[in-house]
Amino acid sequence: MNAWLRQHGRAIASAAAKISAQRTTNAVSALVIGIALALPAGGYALLSNLTGLAQRTSLEPQLSLYMLPETKSSESEALGKRLRADPRLAAVRFVPRDEALAAMRGTEALAEVFAALERNPLPDAFVLRALDSAPGALDVLAGEYRVLPGVAQVQIDSDWARRLEAVLRIARTGIFMLGALLGIALVAVTFNTIRLQVLTQRQEIEVTKLLGATDGFIRRPFFYLGAAQGLAGGVAALGIVWLSIESLNQGVRALAATYGSAFQLTHLAGADGVAVAALAAFLGWLGAFLSVSIHLREI
Amino acid sequence: MIGFSKVSKRYPGGFEALKDVSFSIAAGELTFVTGHSGAGKSTLFKLIAAIERATSGTVLVNGQNVGALRPAAIPFLRRNLGLVFQDQKLLYDRSVFDNVMLPLAFSDFSGREAARRARAALDKVGLLARERAHPMQLSGGEQQRLAIARAVVNRPAVLIADEPTANLDAGSAERIIALFLSFNQVGVTVLIATHDEQLIARHAARTLRLAAGGLEHDSAEGGE
Repeated sequence: MNAWLRQHGRAIASAAAKISAQRTTNAVSALVIGIALALPAGGYALLSNLTGLAQRTSLEPQLSLYMLPETKSSESEALGKRLRADPRLAAVRFVPRDEALAAMRGTEALAEVFAALERNPLPDAFVLRALDSAPGALDVLAGEYRVLPGVAQVQIDSDWARRLEAVLRIARTGIFMLGALLGIALVAVTFNTIRLQVLTQRQEIEVTKLLGATDGFIRRPFFYLGAAQGLAGGVAALGIVWLSIESLNQGVRALAATYGSAFQLTHLAGADGVAVAALAAFLGWLGAFLSVSIHLREI
Repeated sequence: MIGFSKVSKRYPGGFEALKDVSFSIAAGELTFVTGHSGAGKSTLFKLIAAIERATSGTVLVNGQNVGALRPAAIPFLRRNLGLVFQDQKLLYDRSVFDNVMLPLAFSDFSGREAARRARAALDKVGLLARERAHPMQLSGGEQQRLAIARAVVNRPAVLIADEPTANLDAGSAERIIALFLSFNQVGVTVLIATHDEQLIARHAARTLRLAAGGLEHDSAEGGE
Protein backbone atom coordinates (compact mmCIF):
# COMPACT_ATOMS: atom_id res chain seq x y z
CA MET A 1 0.00 0.00 0.00
CA ASN A 2 2.77 2.35 1.02
CA ALA A 3 4.78 1.47 -2.07
CA TRP A 4 1.69 1.88 -4.21
CA LEU A 5 1.05 5.34 -2.78
CA ARG A 6 4.70 6.24 -3.26
CA GLN A 7 4.60 5.19 -6.92
CA HIS A 8 1.51 7.34 -7.53
CA GLY A 9 3.02 10.20 -5.57
CA ARG A 10 6.11 10.04 -7.80
CA ALA A 11 3.93 9.86 -10.92
CA ILE A 12 2.00 12.96 -9.84
CA ALA A 13 5.25 14.80 -9.04
CA SER A 14 6.61 13.81 -12.44
CA ALA A 15 3.41 14.96 -14.17
CA ALA A 16 3.57 18.27 -12.30
CA ALA A 17 7.18 18.70 -13.43
CA LYS A 18 6.17 18.02 -17.04
CA ILE A 19 3.35 20.59 -16.78
CA SER A 20 5.53 23.30 -15.29
CA ALA A 21 8.27 22.59 -17.84
CA GLN A 22 5.80 23.42 -20.62
CA ARG A 23 3.49 25.86 -18.89
CA THR A 24 2.43 27.85 -21.94
CA THR A 25 1.68 24.86 -24.13
CA ASN A 26 -0.34 23.24 -21.38
CA ALA A 27 -2.23 26.44 -20.63
CA VAL A 28 -3.12 26.89 -24.30
CA SER A 29 -4.29 23.28 -24.59
CA ALA A 30 -6.43 23.71 -21.47
CA LEU A 31 -7.93 26.86 -22.96
CA VAL A 32 -8.72 25.12 -26.26
CA ILE A 33 -10.39 22.29 -24.35
CA GLY A 34 -12.19 24.84 -22.18
CA ILE A 35 -13.64 26.73 -25.13
CA ALA A 36 -14.69 23.50 -26.83
CA LEU A 37 -16.41 22.23 -23.68
CA ALA A 38 -17.98 25.61 -22.88
CA LEU A 39 -20.28 25.25 -25.92
CA PRO A 40 -22.16 22.13 -24.78
CA ALA A 41 -21.88 23.07 -21.09
CA GLY A 42 -23.27 26.55 -21.75
CA GLY A 43 -25.99 25.13 -23.99
CA TYR A 44 -26.89 22.71 -21.25
CA ALA A 45 -27.10 25.55 -18.70
CA LEU A 46 -29.43 27.60 -20.93
CA LEU A 47 -31.50 24.52 -21.63
CA SER A 48 -31.91 23.77 -17.93
CA ASN A 49 -33.23 27.30 -17.48
CA LEU A 50 -35.77 26.93 -20.28
CA THR A 51 -36.74 23.43 -19.14
CA GLY A 52 -37.46 24.77 -15.65
CA LEU A 53 -39.62 27.49 -17.15
CA ALA A 54 -41.60 25.06 -19.29
CA GLN A 55 -42.09 22.62 -16.45
CA ARG A 56 -43.40 25.27 -14.08
CA THR A 57 -46.07 26.25 -16.61
CA SER A 58 -47.05 22.87 -17.91
CA LEU A 59 -47.82 21.68 -14.39
CA GLU A 60 -51.00 23.78 -14.52
CA PRO A 61 -53.66 21.79 -16.41
CA GLN A 62 -55.48 24.93 -17.48
CA LEU A 63 -58.11 25.46 -20.17
CA SER A 64 -59.52 28.76 -21.42
CA LEU A 65 -63.09 28.64 -22.72
CA TYR A 66 -64.30 31.61 -24.76
CA MET A 67 -68.00 32.27 -25.41
CA LEU A 68 -69.40 33.63 -28.64
CA PRO A 69 -69.45 37.46 -28.45
CA GLU A 70 -73.24 37.64 -28.78
CA THR A 71 -73.91 35.25 -25.89
CA LYS A 72 -76.19 36.63 -23.24
CA SER A 73 -74.91 36.66 -19.69
CA SER A 74 -77.73 34.36 -18.59
CA GLU A 75 -76.52 31.74 -21.03
CA SER A 76 -73.01 32.14 -19.71
CA GLU A 77 -74.23 31.68 -16.15
CA ALA A 78 -76.10 28.52 -17.14
CA LEU A 79 -72.92 27.13 -18.67
CA GLY A 80 -71.01 28.16 -15.56
CA LYS A 81 -73.37 26.07 -13.42
CA ARG A 82 -72.90 23.11 -15.68
CA LEU A 83 -69.12 23.43 -15.57
CA ARG A 84 -69.07 23.70 -11.80
CA ALA A 85 -70.99 20.45 -11.64
CA ASP A 86 -68.35 18.64 -13.75
CA PRO A 87 -66.36 16.39 -11.32
CA ARG A 88 -63.32 16.43 -13.61
CA LEU A 89 -62.69 20.11 -12.96
CA ALA A 90 -60.89 21.35 -9.88
CA ALA A 91 -61.73 25.04 -10.33
CA VAL A 92 -63.90 27.16 -12.55
CA ARG A 93 -63.42 30.91 -12.75
CA PHE A 94 -65.80 33.05 -14.71
CA VAL A 95 -64.30 36.11 -16.39
CA PRO A 96 -67.13 38.42 -17.54
CA ARG A 97 -66.36 40.45 -20.68
CA ASP A 98 -66.44 43.72 -18.73
CA GLU A 99 -63.90 42.46 -16.27
CA ALA A 100 -61.67 41.25 -19.11
CA LEU A 101 -61.84 44.67 -20.74
CA ALA A 102 -60.99 46.39 -17.45
CA ALA A 103 -58.02 44.08 -17.05
CA MET A 104 -56.78 44.83 -20.58
CA ARG A 105 -57.12 48.58 -20.00
CA GLY A 106 -55.08 48.14 -16.85
CA THR A 107 -52.21 46.65 -18.86
CA GLU A 108 -49.77 49.39 -19.71
CA ALA A 109 -48.96 48.18 -23.18
CA LEU A 110 -52.55 47.60 -24.29
CA ALA A 111 -54.32 50.47 -22.48
CA GLU A 112 -54.18 52.83 -25.46
CA VAL A 113 -55.45 50.23 -27.92
CA PHE A 114 -58.44 49.35 -25.78
CA ALA A 115 -59.20 52.96 -24.89
CA ALA A 116 -59.69 53.68 -28.59
CA LEU A 117 -62.33 50.96 -28.98
CA GLU A 118 -65.95 52.01 -28.93
CA ARG A 119 -67.40 48.75 -27.76
CA ASN A 120 -66.05 45.75 -25.91
CA PRO A 121 -64.76 43.18 -28.44
CA LEU A 122 -64.06 40.61 -25.74
CA PRO A 123 -66.33 37.66 -25.03
CA ASP A 124 -67.23 36.15 -21.69
CA ALA A 125 -64.71 33.52 -20.72
CA PHE A 126 -64.08 30.73 -18.26
CA VAL A 127 -60.70 29.74 -16.89
CA LEU A 128 -60.87 26.05 -15.99
CA ARG A 129 -58.41 23.92 -14.09
CA ALA A 130 -58.70 20.19 -14.62
CA LEU A 131 -57.94 17.56 -11.97
CA ASP A 132 -56.04 15.35 -14.38
CA SER A 133 -53.03 17.09 -15.92
CA ALA A 134 -52.37 14.45 -18.60
CA PRO A 135 -52.42 16.03 -22.09
CA GLY A 136 -54.89 13.37 -23.28
CA ALA A 137 -57.39 14.18 -20.54
CA LEU A 138 -57.21 17.88 -21.37
CA ASP A 139 -57.85 17.11 -25.04
CA VAL A 140 -60.99 15.12 -24.10
CA LEU A 141 -62.32 17.98 -21.99
CA ALA A 142 -61.58 20.56 -24.67
CA GLY A 143 -63.35 18.42 -27.28
CA GLU A 144 -66.46 18.07 -25.11
CA TYR A 145 -66.71 21.76 -24.25
CA ARG A 146 -66.09 22.94 -27.78
CA VAL A 147 -69.52 21.61 -28.89
CA LEU A 148 -71.51 23.10 -25.99
CA PRO A 149 -73.98 25.82 -27.00
CA GLY A 150 -72.54 29.34 -27.03
CA VAL A 151 -68.89 28.19 -26.88
CA ALA A 152 -66.66 29.80 -29.49
CA GLN A 153 -63.27 28.30 -28.65
CA VAL A 154 -61.55 26.14 -26.09
CA GLN A 155 -57.83 26.52 -25.69
CA ILE A 156 -55.44 24.30 -23.75
CA ASP A 157 -53.18 26.89 -22.14
CA SER A 158 -50.36 24.46 -21.51
CA ASP A 159 -50.11 23.66 -25.21
CA TRP A 160 -47.32 26.13 -25.79
CA ALA A 161 -45.43 24.68 -22.85
CA ARG A 162 -45.76 21.22 -24.35
CA ARG A 163 -44.54 22.48 -27.68
CA LEU A 164 -41.66 24.23 -25.96
CA GLU A 165 -40.85 21.01 -24.21
CA ALA A 166 -40.82 19.16 -27.52
CA VAL A 167 -38.50 21.80 -28.96
CA LEU A 168 -36.31 21.57 -25.89
CA ARG A 169 -36.14 17.81 -26.27
CA ILE A 170 -34.75 18.31 -29.77
CA ALA A 171 -32.35 20.96 -28.47
CA ARG A 172 -31.22 18.58 -25.74
CA THR A 173 -30.44 15.90 -28.32
CA GLY A 174 -28.54 18.51 -30.31
CA ILE A 175 -26.51 19.53 -27.29
CA PHE A 176 -25.70 15.92 -26.44
CA MET A 177 -24.51 15.37 -30.00
CA LEU A 178 -22.43 18.54 -29.83
CA GLY A 179 -21.09 17.42 -26.46
CA ALA A 180 -20.18 14.01 -27.82
CA LEU A 181 -18.38 15.53 -30.82
CA LEU A 182 -16.46 18.03 -28.70
CA GLY A 183 -15.71 15.28 -26.20
CA ILE A 184 -14.05 13.38 -29.03
CA ALA A 185 -12.20 16.59 -29.91
CA LEU A 186 -10.98 16.79 -26.31
CA VAL A 187 -9.70 13.22 -26.51
CA ALA A 188 -7.96 14.12 -29.78
CA VAL A 189 -6.34 17.25 -28.32
CA THR A 190 -4.98 15.32 -25.32
CA PHE A 191 -3.93 12.48 -27.60
CA ASN A 192 -1.79 14.91 -29.55
CA THR A 193 -0.30 16.80 -26.59
CA ILE A 194 0.65 13.53 -24.94
CA ARG A 195 2.13 12.27 -28.19
CA LEU A 196 4.37 15.36 -28.29
CA GLN A 197 5.32 14.78 -24.66
CA VAL A 198 6.20 11.17 -25.37
CA LEU A 199 8.34 12.21 -28.33
CA THR A 200 10.17 14.93 -26.37
CA GLN A 201 10.88 12.45 -23.61
CA ARG A 202 11.70 9.63 -25.90
CA GLN A 203 15.26 9.35 -24.64
CA GLU A 204 14.25 9.42 -21.00
CA ILE A 205 11.60 6.76 -21.62
CA GLU A 206 14.08 4.62 -23.51
CA VAL A 207 16.68 4.84 -20.75
CA THR A 208 14.26 4.21 -17.86
CA LYS A 209 12.92 1.21 -19.74
CA LEU A 210 16.44 -0.19 -20.13
CA LEU A 211 17.07 0.35 -16.44
CA GLY A 212 14.07 -1.79 -15.52
CA ALA A 213 11.08 0.56 -15.37
CA THR A 214 7.76 -1.19 -15.89
CA ASP A 215 5.37 0.11 -18.55
CA GLY A 216 3.08 1.16 -15.72
CA PHE A 217 5.80 3.36 -14.22
CA ILE A 218 6.42 5.04 -17.56
CA ARG A 219 2.74 5.47 -18.44
CA ARG A 220 1.40 6.69 -15.10
CA PRO A 221 2.73 10.28 -15.25
CA PHE A 222 1.23 10.68 -18.73
CA PHE A 223 -2.16 9.51 -17.44
CA TYR A 224 -2.03 12.09 -14.68
CA LEU A 225 -0.91 14.68 -17.21
CA GLY A 226 -3.85 13.93 -19.52
CA ALA A 227 -6.34 13.90 -16.66
CA ALA A 228 -4.94 17.17 -15.29
CA GLN A 229 -5.18 18.77 -18.70
CA GLY A 230 -8.78 17.60 -19.13
CA LEU A 231 -9.61 18.82 -15.65
CA ALA A 232 -8.04 22.22 -16.30
CA GLY A 233 -10.04 22.41 -19.55
CA GLY A 234 -13.23 21.47 -17.69
CA VAL A 235 -12.62 24.14 -15.07
CA ALA A 236 -11.88 26.68 -17.83
CA ALA A 237 -15.17 25.70 -19.52
CA LEU A 238 -17.08 26.23 -16.25
CA GLY A 239 -15.43 29.63 -15.86
CA ILE A 240 -16.40 30.61 -19.40
CA VAL A 241 -20.01 29.47 -18.85
CA TRP A 242 -20.22 31.30 -15.54
CA LEU A 243 -18.94 34.53 -17.08
CA SER A 244 -21.27 34.19 -20.06
CA ILE A 245 -24.35 33.67 -17.89
CA GLU A 246 -23.34 36.58 -15.68
CA SER A 247 -23.03 38.93 -18.63
CA LEU A 248 -26.21 37.61 -20.31
CA ASN A 249 -28.08 38.11 -17.06
CA GLN A 250 -27.63 41.89 -17.17
CA GLY A 251 -29.67 41.94 -20.37
CA VAL A 252 -32.09 39.24 -19.23
CA ARG A 253 -32.87 41.07 -16.00
CA ALA A 254 -33.59 44.30 -17.88
CA LEU A 255 -35.84 42.43 -20.31
CA ALA A 256 -37.67 40.54 -17.57
CA ALA A 257 -38.21 43.78 -15.65
CA THR A 258 -40.25 45.17 -18.56
CA TYR A 259 -42.61 42.22 -18.08
CA GLY A 260 -42.66 42.86 -14.35
CA SER A 261 -40.75 39.61 -13.78
CA ALA A 262 -37.71 39.03 -11.65
CA PHE A 263 -36.61 36.17 -13.93
CA GLN A 264 -32.91 35.64 -14.48
CA LEU A 265 -30.74 32.80 -15.74
CA THR A 266 -29.45 30.48 -13.05
CA HIS A 267 -25.89 29.11 -13.11
CA LEU A 268 -25.07 25.45 -13.61
CA ALA A 269 -25.90 23.46 -10.49
CA GLY A 270 -22.94 22.42 -8.34
CA ALA A 271 -23.43 18.75 -9.18
CA ASP A 272 -23.53 19.56 -12.91
CA GLY A 273 -20.32 21.55 -12.57
CA VAL A 274 -18.61 18.67 -10.81
CA ALA A 275 -19.89 16.31 -13.51
CA VAL A 276 -18.47 18.52 -16.29
CA ALA A 277 -15.06 18.73 -14.59
CA ALA A 278 -15.00 14.98 -13.85
CA LEU A 279 -16.03 14.09 -17.39
CA ALA A 280 -13.35 16.40 -18.82
CA ALA A 281 -10.74 14.78 -16.56
CA PHE A 282 -11.87 11.33 -17.66
CA LEU A 283 -11.72 12.25 -21.36
CA GLY A 284 -8.24 13.72 -20.83
CA TRP A 285 -7.17 10.48 -19.20
CA LEU A 286 -8.68 8.52 -22.09
CA GLY A 287 -6.77 10.61 -24.65
CA ALA A 288 -3.55 10.05 -22.71
CA PHE A 289 -4.27 6.34 -22.40
CA LEU A 290 -4.79 5.90 -26.14
CA SER A 291 -1.79 8.05 -27.01
CA VAL A 292 0.60 6.36 -24.60
CA SER A 293 -0.61 2.88 -25.55
CA ILE A 294 0.07 3.58 -29.21
CA HIS A 295 3.24 5.65 -28.98
CA LEU A 296 5.11 3.75 -26.29
CA ARG A 297 4.98 0.69 -28.46
CA GLU A 298 7.13 2.56 -30.98
CA ILE A 299 9.91 3.14 -28.45
CA MET B 1 24.58 -17.12 -13.34
CA ILE B 2 24.66 -16.54 -17.09
CA GLY B 3 24.33 -19.41 -19.52
CA PHE B 4 24.25 -19.44 -23.31
CA SER B 5 23.25 -22.68 -24.96
CA LYS B 6 23.55 -22.96 -28.75
CA VAL B 7 22.48 -19.32 -29.12
CA SER B 8 22.12 -17.79 -32.58
CA LYS B 9 20.89 -14.34 -33.42
CA ARG B 10 19.88 -13.36 -36.91
CA TYR B 11 18.76 -9.76 -37.45
CA PRO B 12 15.99 -8.88 -39.88
CA GLY B 13 17.74 -8.64 -43.21
CA GLY B 14 19.66 -11.84 -42.67
CA PHE B 15 22.80 -10.67 -40.85
CA GLU B 16 23.81 -13.42 -38.43
CA ALA B 17 25.39 -11.69 -35.43
CA LEU B 18 25.81 -14.78 -33.25
CA LYS B 19 26.19 -18.37 -34.40
CA ASP B 20 25.68 -21.32 -32.11
CA VAL B 21 27.34 -19.76 -29.07
CA SER B 22 27.48 -21.74 -25.81
CA PHE B 23 29.17 -20.85 -22.54
CA SER B 24 28.36 -20.56 -18.90
CA ILE B 25 29.48 -18.00 -16.34
CA ALA B 26 29.36 -18.83 -12.63
CA ALA B 27 28.26 -16.42 -9.92
CA GLY B 28 31.06 -14.10 -8.82
CA GLU B 29 33.15 -14.68 -11.96
CA LEU B 30 34.94 -11.92 -13.89
CA THR B 31 34.79 -12.44 -17.64
CA PHE B 32 35.97 -10.44 -20.63
CA VAL B 33 34.24 -10.81 -23.97
CA THR B 34 36.49 -9.75 -26.80
CA GLY B 35 36.67 -9.68 -30.55
CA HIS B 36 36.75 -7.18 -33.39
CA SER B 37 33.88 -4.80 -33.85
CA GLY B 38 31.06 -6.68 -35.51
CA ALA B 39 32.10 -9.92 -33.87
CA GLY B 40 28.88 -10.05 -31.83
CA LYS B 41 29.89 -8.54 -28.47
CA SER B 42 27.07 -6.00 -28.41
CA THR B 43 24.54 -8.58 -29.52
CA LEU B 44 25.61 -10.82 -26.66
CA PHE B 45 25.13 -7.90 -24.27
CA LYS B 46 21.67 -7.17 -25.70
CA LEU B 47 20.56 -10.79 -25.42
CA ILE B 48 21.44 -10.90 -21.72
CA ALA B 49 19.53 -7.66 -21.03
CA ALA B 50 16.54 -8.85 -23.09
CA ILE B 51 16.94 -5.91 -25.46
CA GLU B 52 17.03 -8.45 -28.27
CA ARG B 53 15.73 -11.99 -28.41
CA ALA B 54 17.75 -14.96 -29.60
CA THR B 55 16.61 -16.49 -32.88
CA SER B 56 17.43 -19.93 -31.51
CA GLY B 57 19.04 -21.40 -28.41
CA THR B 58 18.55 -20.48 -24.76
CA VAL B 59 19.89 -17.56 -22.75
CA LEU B 60 19.71 -18.13 -18.99
CA VAL B 61 20.22 -15.28 -16.52
CA ASN B 62 19.76 -15.95 -12.79
CA GLY B 63 18.08 -19.22 -13.73
CA GLN B 64 15.52 -17.44 -15.92
CA ASN B 65 15.13 -18.21 -19.61
CA VAL B 66 15.40 -14.69 -20.98
CA GLY B 67 13.95 -15.54 -24.37
CA ALA B 68 10.81 -16.99 -22.82
CA LEU B 69 10.10 -14.06 -20.48
CA ARG B 70 6.77 -12.31 -20.79
CA PRO B 71 7.26 -8.63 -21.71
CA ALA B 72 5.89 -7.67 -18.28
CA ALA B 73 8.65 -9.69 -16.57
CA ILE B 74 11.54 -8.06 -18.45
CA PRO B 75 11.75 -4.94 -16.22
CA PHE B 76 12.29 -7.16 -13.19
CA LEU B 77 15.07 -9.06 -14.94
CA ARG B 78 16.80 -5.76 -15.77
CA ARG B 79 16.57 -4.53 -12.19
CA ASN B 80 18.83 -7.40 -11.16
CA LEU B 81 21.38 -6.47 -13.81
CA GLY B 82 23.70 -3.52 -13.71
CA LEU B 83 23.97 -2.36 -17.31
CA VAL B 84 26.71 -0.05 -18.60
CA PHE B 85 25.92 0.85 -22.20
CA GLN B 86 28.40 1.58 -24.93
CA ASP B 87 26.82 5.03 -25.46
CA GLN B 88 26.26 5.39 -21.68
CA LYS B 89 22.68 6.59 -22.13
CA LEU B 90 22.96 9.39 -19.60
CA LEU B 91 20.22 11.99 -19.44
CA TYR B 92 21.78 15.35 -20.20
CA ASP B 93 18.86 17.45 -19.01
CA ARG B 94 19.40 16.59 -15.34
CA SER B 95 22.15 16.59 -12.76
CA VAL B 96 24.63 13.84 -12.01
CA PHE B 97 22.72 13.06 -8.82
CA ASP B 98 19.37 12.81 -10.63
CA ASN B 99 20.90 10.47 -13.21
CA VAL B 100 21.90 8.08 -10.45
CA MET B 101 18.46 8.46 -8.81
CA LEU B 102 16.76 7.29 -12.02
CA PRO B 103 16.71 3.52 -11.32
CA LEU B 104 15.67 4.22 -7.73
CA ALA B 105 12.54 6.07 -8.82
CA PHE B 106 10.80 2.81 -9.61
CA SER B 107 12.20 0.93 -6.65
CA ASP B 108 10.40 0.78 -3.34
CA PHE B 109 12.90 2.88 -1.44
CA SER B 110 11.73 5.98 0.36
CA GLY B 111 13.09 9.26 -0.96
CA ARG B 112 15.66 9.53 1.84
CA GLU B 113 16.91 5.95 1.47
CA ALA B 114 17.14 6.39 -2.31
CA ALA B 115 19.19 9.58 -1.93
CA ARG B 116 21.48 7.83 0.53
CA ARG B 117 22.08 4.97 -1.90
CA ALA B 118 22.65 7.36 -4.80
CA ARG B 119 25.29 9.25 -2.82
CA ALA B 120 26.93 5.98 -1.77
CA ALA B 121 27.17 4.93 -5.44
CA LEU B 122 28.55 8.34 -6.46
CA ASP B 123 31.06 8.16 -3.63
CA LYS B 124 32.16 4.71 -4.82
CA VAL B 125 32.99 6.01 -8.31
CA GLY B 126 34.55 9.23 -6.94
CA LEU B 127 31.91 11.66 -8.21
CA LEU B 128 30.23 12.65 -4.94
CA ALA B 129 31.68 16.15 -5.12
CA ARG B 130 30.14 16.62 -8.56
CA GLU B 131 26.57 15.53 -7.79
CA ARG B 132 25.17 18.92 -8.78
CA ALA B 133 27.07 19.08 -12.07
CA HIS B 134 25.48 18.15 -15.37
CA PRO B 135 26.82 15.20 -17.38
CA MET B 136 27.91 17.61 -20.13
CA GLN B 137 30.34 19.21 -17.68
CA LEU B 138 32.04 15.88 -16.99
CA SER B 139 35.03 14.42 -18.83
CA GLY B 140 34.63 11.22 -20.83
CA GLY B 141 36.04 9.13 -17.99
CA GLU B 142 33.78 10.83 -15.45
CA GLN B 143 30.72 10.25 -17.64
CA GLN B 144 31.63 6.58 -17.82
CA ARG B 145 31.98 6.43 -14.05
CA LEU B 146 28.60 8.13 -13.70
CA ALA B 147 27.10 5.42 -15.93
CA ILE B 148 28.68 2.81 -13.64
CA ALA B 149 27.31 4.51 -10.51
CA ARG B 150 23.84 4.38 -12.06
CA ALA B 151 24.32 0.70 -12.94
CA VAL B 152 25.32 -0.34 -9.44
CA VAL B 153 22.99 1.88 -7.39
CA ASN B 154 20.43 -0.93 -7.10
CA ARG B 155 23.26 -3.28 -5.97
CA PRO B 156 22.76 -5.84 -8.72
CA ALA B 157 24.26 -9.32 -8.58
CA VAL B 158 25.45 -9.04 -12.18
CA LEU B 159 27.26 -6.13 -13.81
CA ILE B 160 27.52 -6.07 -17.60
CA ALA B 161 29.42 -3.43 -19.54
CA ASP B 162 29.61 -2.92 -23.30
CA GLU B 163 32.92 -1.29 -24.34
CA PRO B 164 33.23 0.72 -21.11
CA THR B 165 36.73 1.95 -21.98
CA ALA B 166 36.16 2.91 -25.61
CA ASN B 167 37.38 6.43 -26.39
CA LEU B 168 39.11 6.78 -23.02
CA ASP B 169 42.80 7.47 -22.44
CA ALA B 170 44.79 4.68 -20.80
CA GLY B 171 44.67 6.24 -17.33
CA SER B 172 40.90 6.69 -17.31
CA ALA B 173 40.40 3.23 -18.80
CA GLU B 174 42.52 1.66 -16.09
CA ARG B 175 40.52 3.46 -13.41
CA ILE B 176 37.25 2.16 -14.92
CA ILE B 177 38.56 -1.41 -14.99
CA ALA B 178 39.76 -1.05 -11.40
CA LEU B 179 36.21 -0.11 -10.43
CA PHE B 180 34.80 -3.23 -12.09
CA LEU B 181 37.43 -5.35 -10.33
CA SER B 182 36.48 -3.90 -6.97
CA PHE B 183 32.82 -4.81 -7.54
CA ASN B 184 33.89 -8.30 -8.57
CA GLN B 185 35.90 -8.64 -5.37
CA VAL B 186 32.73 -8.16 -3.29
CA GLY B 187 31.02 -10.97 -5.17
CA VAL B 188 29.39 -9.27 -8.16
CA THR B 189 29.45 -11.28 -11.39
CA VAL B 190 31.13 -8.99 -13.93
CA LEU B 191 31.03 -9.31 -17.72
CA ILE B 192 32.96 -6.76 -19.78
CA ALA B 193 32.81 -6.60 -23.54
CA THR B 194 35.88 -4.89 -24.99
CA HIS B 195 38.01 -4.95 -28.10
CA ASP B 196 41.02 -3.68 -26.12
CA GLU B 197 43.36 -6.70 -26.13
CA GLN B 198 46.06 -4.93 -24.11
CA LEU B 199 43.62 -4.26 -21.34
CA ILE B 200 42.71 -7.95 -21.22
CA ALA B 201 46.34 -8.94 -21.25
CA ARG B 202 46.96 -6.90 -18.09
CA HIS B 203 44.29 -8.74 -16.12
CA ALA B 204 44.18 -12.43 -15.46
CA ALA B 205 40.58 -13.23 -16.11
CA ARG B 206 38.51 -15.58 -18.19
CA THR B 207 38.16 -14.38 -21.76
CA LEU B 208 35.57 -15.29 -24.36
CA ARG B 209 36.79 -14.48 -27.85
CA LEU B 210 34.16 -13.93 -30.52
CA ALA B 211 34.91 -13.88 -34.24
CA ALA B 212 32.28 -13.29 -36.91
CA GLY B 213 29.52 -14.30 -34.52
CA GLY B 214 31.07 -17.56 -33.35
CA LEU B 215 32.77 -18.32 -30.05
CA GLU B 216 36.33 -18.75 -31.26
CA HIS B 217 37.99 -19.31 -27.93
CA ASP B 218 37.04 -19.68 -24.26
CA SER B 219 40.08 -19.36 -21.97
CA ALA B 220 38.26 -21.38 -19.27
CA GLU B 221 38.43 -24.40 -21.54
CA GLY B 222 42.20 -24.17 -21.81
CA GLY B 223 44.20 -24.07 -24.99
CA GLU B 224 46.50 -21.20 -24.04
